[in-house]
Amino acid sequence: MKIHEYQAKALLAARGIPVPQGRMATSGAEAAGAVRPLAEATGMPVVVVKSQIHAGGRGKGRFVEHPDLGGVQVVLDGRDGGVEAAEARVRELADRMLGSTLVTVQTGPEGKAVQRLYIEQGVDIERELYASVVLDRTAGRNVVMASTEGGTEIEEVAAATPEKIVREEVDPAVGLTAFQARRLAFALDLRGEAFGRGVAFFTALERAATELDTDLVEVNPLVVTRAGEVLALDAKVSIDQNALYRHPDVVGLRDLSEEEPAEVEASEYGLSFIKLDGNIGCLVNGAGLAMSTMDIIQHVGGMPANFLDVGGGATTENVTAAFKIITRDPNVRGIFVNIFGGIMRCDTIANGVVTAVRDVGLSVPLVVRLEGTNVEMGREIIEGAGIPGLVSASDMKDGARKIVELTR
Amino acid sequence: MSRYVDRHTRVLIQGLGKVGQFHTDKAIAYGTHMVAAVHPGRGGSHHRFEGESDPSGVPGRPARYRVDLPVYDTVREAVAATGADASVIYVPPAGAADAIMEAAEAGLPLIVCITEGIPVQDMVRAKRYLQGKATRLIGPNCPGVITPKQCKIGIMPGYIHRPGRVGVVSRSGTLTYEAVKQLTDVGLGQTTAVGIGGDPVNGTNFVDVLAEFQADPETEAVILIGEIGGTAEEDAAAWIATHMTKPVAAFIAGSTAPPGRRMGHAGAIISGGQGTAADKMAALEAAGVVMAPTPTDMAAAVQEAMRRVGVL
Repeated sequence: MKIHEYQAKALLAARGIPVPQGRMATSGAEAAGAVRPLAEATGMPVVVVKSQIHAGGRGKGRFVEHPDLGGVQVVLDGRDGGVEAAEARVRELADRMLGSTLVTVQTGPEGKAVQRLYIEQGVDIERELYASVVLDRTAGRNVVMASTEGGTEIEEVAAATPEKIVREEVDPAVGLTAFQARRLAFALDLRGEAFGRGVAFFTALERAATELDTDLVEVNPLVVTRAGEVLALDAKVSIDQNALYRHPDVVGLRDLSEEEPAEVEASEYGLSFIKLDGNIGCLVNGAGLAMSTMDIIQHVGGMPANFLDVGGGATTENVTAAFKIITRDPNVRGIFVNIFGGIMRCDTIANGVVTAVRDVGLSVPLVVRLEGTNVEMGREIIEGAGIPGLVSASDMKDGARKIVELTR
Repeated sequence: MSRYVDRHTRVLIQGLGKVGQFHTDKAIAYGTHMVAAVHPGRGGSHHRFEGESDPSGVPGRPARYRVDLPVYDTVREAVAATGADASVIYVPPAGAADAIMEAAEAGLPLIVCITEGIPVQDMVRAKRYLQGKATRLIGPNCPGVITPKQCKIGIMPGYIHRPGRVGVVSRSGTLTYEAVKQLTDVGLGQTTAVGIGGDPVNGTNFVDVLAEFQADPETEAVILIGEIGGTAEEDAAAWIATHMTKPVAAFIAGSTAPPGRRMGHAGAIISGGQGTAADKMAALEAAGVVMAPTPTDMAAAVQEAMRRVGVL
């Protein structure tokens, strides 16, 4: 589960990781109101206005409505004009940014609407570094990664100068050891007071990652200030979906407005659904089969409208819900039901499809391929329902060809 | 024990809830030696399973079965009382990693964990716990393992399998069934089908199973079914290139998956340009593996691989 930067920083700060001071705002007035307390608390008249969306590349991103405006704005007006000038500028920026659509390299061309801003103290940066905790799947363990190349995408660093990334594998029985934390701090060439702070930073970061069950914690940049402080200037945290049950406080951080409504609805029915750009709706059981159903549709010249795995334990009700979610997408010109029954029985799928068609009607072609447990029963139910426009398929490729043909 | 399970394998089940009961019944119907159940708090009781034997399962059994399966509180007790040498886990996600560790601690050589949705950090700890122990963990989040007409551990439909010549190893459940059915239809059948599971941290990887198939005299060819995410397929390709003398075919799911999105399986995500289907296919092809262009062509790809080395 993804969360916003300001939420990530609050979680990290509560676990001993130094972050800049800041306040979340959802209106121009709130944004302007954040300036004075920040300026007074930090003695720093510079503030930063940061768009809060679930995507990276915000600084280089641009608003659709304001092509001159990036998603992160440094407000320097306070240096000469005092707090009032900073407040006025922040209010003006916030009014333009809030409700506008930010397009970044990660949002896709449609962008994301900015509903929240984070107003943060300005920081006097001496060095920009990188730190993260991620799962190394081959080792089956978390690794703490650090690099001197802060502010750049780590994938770019890995491709261009892999020697500039250092890694420490974490033994889950003991956590990140002190010598490993020191090795990371030495590798970043942290000196003086910053060295001890860096060691403490890495130790706390790994503990936070384990305690919070994160998929990813990324601090980029991790900065060293001129005063020798070590601060998480940006923070990206995503939490393991399967571990949310033991983090009720984190569940409350979910921002449904950042998610596709159809995906939210699907998740309530235990369906794994991802909306795509094509016009062929897919209803499949099993993640691997669902993925390769998308592949085979494209292989024969079509484009899938979604990924949908109804799962092994789906009921007729779940299948009906899945069918309704698919048919609601106005791009959908045809539907391909592709089932290999294992635990999931073909008669359950057939009943779900028939119920859904009766409930909502069917205005597009439907191709059904059933195989596996109770396949004969499933075929009888489908054929007995006399659904107009329904075509049966003998295998996956046959079904994909038929639905692509019918939607041309 | 050849290829993980055979007719001598004695299986205990951990987690006798609704799902565990359902699949234990199917396993007994197939002819799997289910010898005990472990369900904390229900020790000392028996759970009755009865019904009609599955004609596609182990031959030479009566038409009906009736088994009163003894239930134990702990795996240790169950092993001591029954001599079980494998465990299948249906414990819900929050307790599944603990169930794995309990089975390993009791000295079981084989653990098959079906449970989907175990927190990653739980598996990180469980995998650490297994280090240095002589236990093979298959899964989690997998369909299980089957040697046709000998032993079925897991949730796969038994009747699509036939004893035969091809080893099947896969990260996906339904795609395993797809491959198995095609192999049955073309008359090649299977030696053993192993689902290694769709999670990012698992007990057994492709290389482990490939080594098993390479060493097994009955396995003549292998089909490997991978998907996007991680580098398990690339690791498999490297191993095949240097160690595998038997023909291998493969299919990779997810060539059209959008980057950064988790495609159902927790492990199926392309991140930072790594884990793409194209990379995996290129690595496998370079290792001499015959790629199936679509999942409908998996058996055909196996036949092609076998023809190339003259075993078909």
